[in-house]
Amino acid sequence: MNRYPDDEQLLSIYRTMVTIREFEEAAGRMAEQAQIPGAVHLYAGQEAIAAGICTQLRQSDTITSNHRGHGHCIAKGGDVRLMFAELLGRASGYCRGKGGSMHIADLDIGILGANGIVGGGPPIAIGAAFAAQYNGSGGVSVCFSGDGSTNEGTWHEALNYAALFKLPAVFVVENNHYGEFTSQEGQGAISRLSNRAASYGILGVTVDGQDLLAVYDAAAEAIERARAGEGPTLLECDTYRFYNHTGRSERDPRPEEERAKWRERDPLKLLREKMEERSILSAEAADEITAEIQGQIEAAVAFAKEEPFPDPSELLTDVYS
Amino acid sequence: MASMNMVQAINSALDITMERDQNVLCLGEDVGYFGGVFRCTAGLQEKHGQHRVLDTPIAEAGIVAAAIGMGVNGLRPVAEIQFADYIYPAFDQIVSELARLRYRSSGEFYAPVTIRSPCGGGIRGGQTHSQSPEGIFTHVCGLKVVMPSNPYDAKGLLISAIEDDDPIIYFEPKRCYNGPFDGDPDKAAQSWNGHPKGEVPEVYYTIPIGEAAIVRPGSAVTVLTYGTMVHVAEAAIERSDIDAEQIDLRTLLPLDLEAVAESVQKTRRCVVVHEATRTGGYGAELVADVQEECFWHLEAPIQRVTGWDTPYPHAFEWDYFPGQDRIIAAMRCALEV
Ligand SMILES: Cc1ncc(C[n+]2csc(CCOP(=O)(O)OP(=O)(O)O)c2C)c(N)n1
Ligand SMILES: [Mg+2]
Repeated sequence: MNRYPDDEQLLSIYRTMVTIREFEEAAGRMAEQAQIPGAVHLYAGQEAIAAGICTQLRQSDTITSNHRGHGHCIAKGGDVRLMFAELLGRASGYCRGKGGSMHIADLDIGILGANGIVGGGPPIAIGAAFAAQYNGSGGVSVCFSGDGSTNEGTWHEALNYAALFKLPAVFVVENNHYGEFTSQEGQGAISRLSNRAASYGILGVTVDGQDLLAVYDAAAEAIERARAGEGPTLLECDTYRFYNHTGRSERDPRPEEERAKWRERDPLKLLREKMEERSILSAEAADEITAEIQGQIEAAVAFAKEEPFPDPSELLTDVYS
Repeated sequence: MASMNMVQAINSALDITMERDQNVLCLGEDVGYFGGVFRCTAGLQEKHGQHRVLDTPIAEAGIVAAAIGMGVNGLRPVAEIQFADYIYPAFDQIVSELARLRYRSSGEFYAPVTIRSPCGGGIRGGQTHSQSPEGIFTHVCGLKVVMPSNPYDAKGLLISAIEDDDPIIYFEPKRCYNGPFDGDPDKAAQSWNGHPKGEVPEVYYTIPIGEAAIVRPGSAVTVLTYGTMVHVAEAAIERSDIDAEQIDLRTLLPLDLEAVAESVQKTRRCVVVHEATRTGGYGAELVADVQEECFWHLEAPIQRVTGWDTPYPHAFEWDYFPGQDRIIAAMRCALEV
């Protein structure tokens, strides 16, 4: 049985994807101009995954994210103004400026945090899944991580643990075929990462991560199974990042041909075409959406730039209770 | 002599040791094809082959563990942990295995592993790209801990580290890769070009592990430093007009206590400076050592200038970073009594 979003939901997902793209374009530009302290890892190219999955989550469901976390946060309902403020280290940022791009978190909407440590998120996700199971809340814990992270021991510990306790978790592996500058094939002897599920006795699925409808469908099933107490799913999404590891200007060792091929498979473009085909969205309406969201992003950046820095006295707070 | 920055000096040390000894090899994340995110291993895979410069999976525990197995079997691996902040997944392998092999086998076997890892802040890296965890490792018996502050020392110390039969954590203060950093973020970046310590022989040479260097002789107060803080303290001393004697420890373990004690017994005052957090830090060990050796010579309490006891913050980098002003204040404090 295929599960598809209805028209209204599709439009909302599309808007989320455009928001992520525009956020990343702006963040990339700002990083290039050294306006943002530290590295930003852009999610552009992978939007269908975060958007297609998070749209099916309840606010109280939780996600853990990784260093490439802006997309996950936006899709889970993050406020782009507070995200930009955090990137810029401002007092009104999500972590009052103490975290930065790689640590955006908002427990009120179930974002347990982006994470600067590869493999840091998966074990936290099982704790969250355990809490949901323990409380009988019917909640689901979704762990977003990359192909590279599946080589960390913590990732394997998390899957085994989740499988053993039949935890309500979905392990999303965004296989963008590179971990930093080394290809996925250069880091492991298998290339279908969903095959790793077999060794934990759980279901493993691979979908086209550029195809929103495919992601949506596979995620619907995984989330349903988790909610029904049927245990975790490993959901591999085949995808590509449009920019290099930490942005737009550094040396990119990926072959030009490969990059061009994936550019053709832009998840926004593919979804837009589908929606136009089905007359859910006209070309003009799509352009309007883009323009409107560009305006929102500009306003968010302007907001963040005007925000004050935190008071230096806060440097020493929040280390202990 | 050639002009080299610290990255080039490290690269040269690796290249030379690989050339001299077929048992030396490099492994780590992105060290091969890409040449390392900081470029320290650039060109080495091309020159020495894929079997000697290995791109590993993202698995720090695995990197160190593999190095241990190699080391026990006659190889001399140099493992790169891309940032010191990523060393914790490997912690168990370092502490429970690497550091203890010699002791628990009554000296029968050991693993001559060098773990290279960039450390330190001042690069707007936030909490997972700025830490200075050296004190965690000086606490582990069986490890040696080295941190150079300039290209010349970096090369000589790295060659010594690789040739040493004990496991060594070799921390690279990444803020000084491209030039000395005096703690002032608003000043234009300095380069090693033209700096005396940027003059590096292209040939083989070593600097002994466990020997400190006097950066600046003086008589008023001894300032103990290492890594990036060498340059910050040097600038602070310059600015303060205090006739301080500054020491660059270069090796934290084994500590050159003789050089330290000789200096403090002469100046009778001491300031310890490091970027790492304060409580339980390496500075506390230094203070204890100095008071044991120099108690009857001391005129004033020993001062510590350190990072604050917090995770490395994103927004407050320059409030956190122990800059020149704090060093000058500490020297004055040590001179007051
Ligand atoms: C423990 C740890 N090791 C290494 C790194 C450096 N690092 C940051 S992102 C990254 C690549 C991660 O690859 P992947 O999981 O595929 O995510 P992607 O960047 O492709 O989205 C690496 C090695 C880190 N942050 N943490
Ligand atoms: Mg990847």
